[in-house]
Amino acid sequence: MNDFSSALLAALALVLQLDSDLAEIVFLSLKVSLVAVSGAALIGMPLGAALALFRFPGRASIVVFINALMGLPPVVVGLAVYLALSRAGPLGVFGLLFTPTAMIIAQLILVTPIIAALTRQVIDDLWREYEEQFCSLGAGPGQRIMALLWDGRFSLMTAILAGFGRASAEVGAVMIVGGNIDHVTRVMTTAIALEVSKGDLALALGLGIILITLSLVVNGASFLISETARRNHG
Amino acid sequence: MDRNEAKSILPLEFRQVSFEAGGKRLIKDLSFRLEVGARTIVIGPNGAGKSLFLRLCHSLIAPSSGKIIWHGAHGYDPAPFQAMVFQRPVMLRRSVAANIGYALSLRKVPRRERPERIEEALRMTGLNRLANYSARVLSFGEQQKLALARAWVLRPQVLFLDEPTASLDPAATHDVEELINTIHQAGTRIVMTTHDLEQARRLADELLFLHRGRLLEKSAATAFFTKPENDLAQKFIAGDLLWWKRGEDNRKQISEGTTK
Repeated sequence: MNDFSSALLAALALVLQLDSDLAEIVFLSLKVSLVAVSGAALIGMPLGAALALFRFPGRASIVVFINALMGLPPVVVGLAVYLALSRAGPLGVFGLLFTPTAMIIAQLILVTPIIAALTRQVIDDLWREYEEQFCSLGAGPGQRIMALLWDGRFSLMTAILAGFGRASAEVGAVMIVGGNIDHVTRVMTTAIALEVSKGDLALALGLGIILITLSLVVNGASFLISETARRNHG
Repeated sequence: MDRNEAKSILPLEFRQVSFEAGGKRLIKDLSFRLEVGARTIVIGPNGAGKSLFLRLCHSLIAPSSGKIIWHGAHGYDPAPFQAMVFQRPVMLRRSVAANIGYALSLRKVPRRERPERIEEALRMTGLNRLANYSARVLSFGEQQKLALARAWVLRPQVLFLDEPTASLDPAATHDVEELINTIHQAGTRIVMTTHDLEQARRLADELLFLHRGRLLEKSAATAFFTKPENDLAQKFIAGDLLWWKRGEDNRKQISEGTTK
């Protein structure tokens, strides 16, 4: 118990003093996850909207496949990206393995299905409501997608935050493709895993506190957005 | 293109139009013409096919058989010259003014013209003070007025209204009926469904009586209300058409030029 208390105090001191190693790890974590989630949103939102709006052969299979991908095991994604980026792999020539870019790619693969599936659901619900009105007004396919994404913006923001939560908390994939290299690819989750195995509980706890705070902030933001939307837009 | 810039897309003709869904014929061999000018009210009990009829007219659904012809639309698409207001107004999740602006943007009205037209539509419907409110927090009556403003701002030649006052209180119903008259006087052809006979009396120049997917009577409003030719129409006016009885829909429905 004493070990835990002293580790917690040391962790709080690290956080309050803005320890440079800790700040570097936090900054890299945020950078990797934010870039991955932005890319996933750019791919997943139009994909989800298209799946909601258009009927074509094989659509149901794609919807089921994307829903299934929401539960992708991160270590499997990490392994697949590792094989693709390793020197003998198809993308080996780019030399991306053990770089932050590899971590972004892995997180992007993990998060895109989440954003696409949630977007499909949001847009599908909206489309049922808007369909006749849009047909009456003569909205074309592109105009429909843009208008539905805009009108569903608050729900979609929640989808993006859910994706960010998944990306920032994930450890298996980034550990495999990033390698957890100090000052290069070390992020919060991989650092926690390493520091615990080394017995340095202070840094691990400090990072844990920041990670939990981040999770609380993301969830709080998600709640605030949906509440504001409900209050202002009915 | 505004309605004033184009020749009328009317008359509208239905030729033996049927519509089926789930193996059931919901609209049966409808044949008639709608000419320029009058306010046409489509009445009939629940399940008569009134809403389906409007959706067929407005091309929201395609007929299973038969033809729908806009005789005035020689070679061009008649859709941009029509608008429709639904029973439950569909409000986009944006402001009142933006809802109207969105309709204008879809019809490619030049950006510089939009503010003036939005203002005009808001003024006509008395929604000016609510221009910046979210459309979805308006009362049901205000939402229906906004739906009318959004339709009217497109300057349609033909406006279809699907029971626009079905869920409104008497005051809001009065306001909406006033607006419909204003829109009609401004030159828009009104085609509206209702099951409210008093409303039909107030608004109609011409009546279409539908029952079980068949058009049983099409006549001038005065003739319809004083002496309807169809016995089911007589019962409907008398308030006796409460239950559909087996065999009643076997009566011959009218076709253009045979019954008036």
